Amino acid sequence: MKIRTKNDLEKMREKGLKNLYPKETKVSVGMATCGLSTGADKVYEAIQDEVEKGKLPIQLAQTGCIGFCQREPVVDILEPGKPRVFYQEVTPDRAKELIHRWLKNEVVGDWLLCKMEKEDWIAEDRVQDYPIRQIPKGIDGTPSYHQVPFYNKQLKIALRNCGFINPDHIEEYVARGGYISLYKALFEMKPEEIIEEVKRSGLRGRGGAGFLTGNKWETCRRAKGDQKFILCNADEGDPGAYMDRSILEGDPHSVVEGMIIGAYAIGAHEGFIYVRNEYPLAIQKLLIALQQAEEAGLLGDDILGSGFSLKINLFRGGGAFVCGESTALMASIEGKVGEPRAKHIHTTESGLWDKPSNLNNVETWNNVPIILSRGAGWYSKIGTDQSKGTKVFSIVGKVKNTGLIEVPMGITLREIVYDIGGGVPDGKKFKAVQTGGPSGGCIPESLINLPVDFDRLTEVGSMMGSGGMIVMDESTCMVDVAKYFMDFLKGESCGKCTSCREGTKRMHEILTEIAEGRGTMDHIELLKELGWVTAEASLCQLGGTAPNPVLSTIRYFQEEYEEHILHKRCPAKVCRALLQYRILSNVCTKCGRCAKVCPVKAITGKKKTKKETGEPFSIDAKKCIKCGMCFETCKFEAVEVQ
Amino acid sequence: MEVSKIDSIIEQYGARESALLAILQDIQAKENYLPKDALEYVSQKMHIPLVRIFRIATFYNALSLKPRGLHKIDVCLGTACHVRGGSKILEKIERDLGVSVGETTKDNRFTLESVRCIGCCSLGPVAVVDGKVFGRLGQDKVSGLLKEFK
Ligand SMILES: Cc1cc2nc3c(=O)[nH]c(=O)nc-3n(C[C@H](O)[C@H](O)[C@H](O)COP(=O)(O)O)c2cc1C
Ligand code: FES
Repeated sequence: MKIRTKNDLEKMREKGLKNLYPKETKVSVGMATCGLSTGADKVYEAIQDEVEKGKLPIQLAQTGCIGFCQREPVVDILEPGKPRVFYQEVTPDRAKELIHRWLKNEVVGDWLLCKMEKEDWIAEDRVQDYPIRQIPKGIDGTPSYHQVPFYNKQLKIALRNCGFINPDHIEEYVARGGYISLYKALFEMKPEEIIEEVKRSGLRGRGGAGFLTGNKWETCRRAKGDQKFILCNADEGDPGAYMDRSILEGDPHSVVEGMIIGAYAIGAHEGFIYVRNEYPLAIQKLLIALQQAEEAGLLGDDILGSGFSLKINLFRGGGAFVCGESTALMASIEGKVGEPRAKHIHTTESGLWDKPSNLNNVETWNNVPIILSRGAGWYSKIGTDQSKGTKVFSIVGKVKNTGLIEVPMGITLREIVYDIGGGVPDGKKFKAVQTGGPSGGCIPESLINLPVDFDRLTEVGSMMGSGGMIVMDESTCMVDVAKYFMDFLKGESCGKCTSCREGTKRMHEILTEIAEGRGTMDHIELLKELGWVTAEASLCQLGGTAPNPVLSTIRYFQEEYEEHILHKRCPAKVCRALLQYRILSNVCTKCGRCAKVCPVKAITGKKKTKKETGEPFSIDAKKCIKCGMCFETCKFEAVEVQ
Repeated sequence: MEVSKIDSIIEQYGARESALLAILQDIQAKENYLPKDALEYVSQKMHIPLVRIFRIATFYNALSLKPRGLHKIDVCLGTACHVRGGSKILEKIERDLGVSVGETTKDNRFTLESVRCIGCCSLGPVAVVDGKVFGRLGQDKVSGLLKEFK
């Protein structure tokens, strides 16, 4: 169906609403990559089988991720007249049981994540109340969505549709307010007005540097040239960050809509989405979305009959971190090696094929439709003075509740780590949060009350980056983390600048020396000096920010470096060369499990049996490769690491 | 690699320089790696010097000039997986298979590689085998995982 009028859009919306809220029971399975990796596909099949076998009155659907990845697979059930329920950690067996119980108007309380009585439609400032006439048995005591600590402080703008719509159905996106902003942009606004609105919203780029989006668009619009390009950066290279993947897998149309609006505002007629090679599912969902948008007349020639045309191409990256940098990304699309160039002339003036080009990140594009539909005034009320709106973060690492969260800018680290993340698991002590990917730094516990926005993170020596937050506890070694990032960067440096190529390599060597017990106190000064040179002399921001992980760990955790250097000790018990494994003979129960798992047969002893008393086990330090198998295997904490 | 197959890949994208990466990726998807004769053919057909093609082929991590085994294992060494012991998983697989990262087993069954984040960080440490993601790994789960692909 080609959409031409507002009425057509309304018709599509009605179709979508029927999909979203059917008359019979609807069961949706979260099938983004995180869901699939925990067996969501098997759960889906199990439900499908059951429905077919029993001819059950159930509609089965797929959806994206609602953020609580730790609790995947998540399955939600929606039936008119009842609260919506979300089940967590669903297995195929559980799935069968819970749908049968549902049909008997029962829930299994213990398996529930939460219930939901209403849905926010952020795109239009509407709340969709579920009319509740019947309460399933067993639901008492189940928290509502907003009562769950993980969701309590969240405000979902970018993730508005993830986990609520089937990403393969454009109608469902439209039903929740999609493509309405595009209509408004094309027929009710001039390009300059759109740019003005985006400027007033205060939106800053979500890809890392936090450049003001409206200003960038304006420069690109004003740039001379008959041909211009718009680009979407979906290269998401920061390890530990996966918001772009989740948005593309769960709500690809939001990005496409944002790009069309941007292209119209800037005056571009061709666009590219540069997607990471490691994201096959996101690529698949995007291709479907692009095709559907084209079929609906929302992309291609004469969009919605407005006379404006735009073609969007998908470009698959080749697995190079540096290609996330704007000039390298453009070189890569041109078919060249993805190396950055100096930016004396901005890409907004001369970018892809030397034409004015506007590049924004996935999350940036995704925010645009909402800014138009809700208005810059509404948007700019959210967040802090200089950082408006919300930001999606992935909280991962040593934290109880891992997942994707979206919070207003300015929320404190403490709220993120403790209130939402639930703190550090296994009774361990919190140590730091790493933000900003390889360009970022480690923020120590003393700064836990820091309000999180672009500028505050930079002030403390880290960065916003894509929004990865890797929580670290006492068993994470800061020297090892610095070494880890240098290893990453020396591998990903394209090698064009000597300072970056050699600087990252030498810093890695020095950190290895320290981690292996050969460090000296001079090394710390040398690292600072090398870090300074690498940052100052490098062409692009890969080198420009490369020392951050080293400098921030020295700044906040110098005593840990000194412990490695002066006492040849790794307090977190990570740096292997400094560790010794031994078995406490008075704790050893002589069960022999450790000896069985030891890959190098370094553990000897005599197993206790009914007849024999046995002998405690012990480790031959000469043979030990410090793999930690015995430590992980021993149930009695008889293996000690020092 | 058969010339006709390469022709049809090139045709699909058009012999444009900007399609080079996509063309190489498709060749690799079919052949498991980039055979030298295929690259030479692409060079002639697209009028791109062979050195340029080799530069691209060696620059991008996704491209490989070495044949790969039947199953490809990618162990994630992204930050989130690293702090949860990703490197220990990698070493366990190395020991079990008797190869180092980047190598292929003698029986050509497995090629072991590492990646820096596949976006499943919340379930770390993770590994990908033939495109399927396995999360929440521990050293104790490695043998079972490898057996699935025997
Ligand atoms: C080494 C390097 C890697 C980068 N990787 C990414 C990335 O993966 N995704 C991204 O959106 N931006 C990345 N950036 C930032 C981009 O260069 C660019 O600033 C951004 O895509 C602009 O979009 P925004 O204004 O919407 O943030 C990277 C920058 C550097 C220097
Ligand atoms: S760090 Fe391993 S999947 Fe992201």
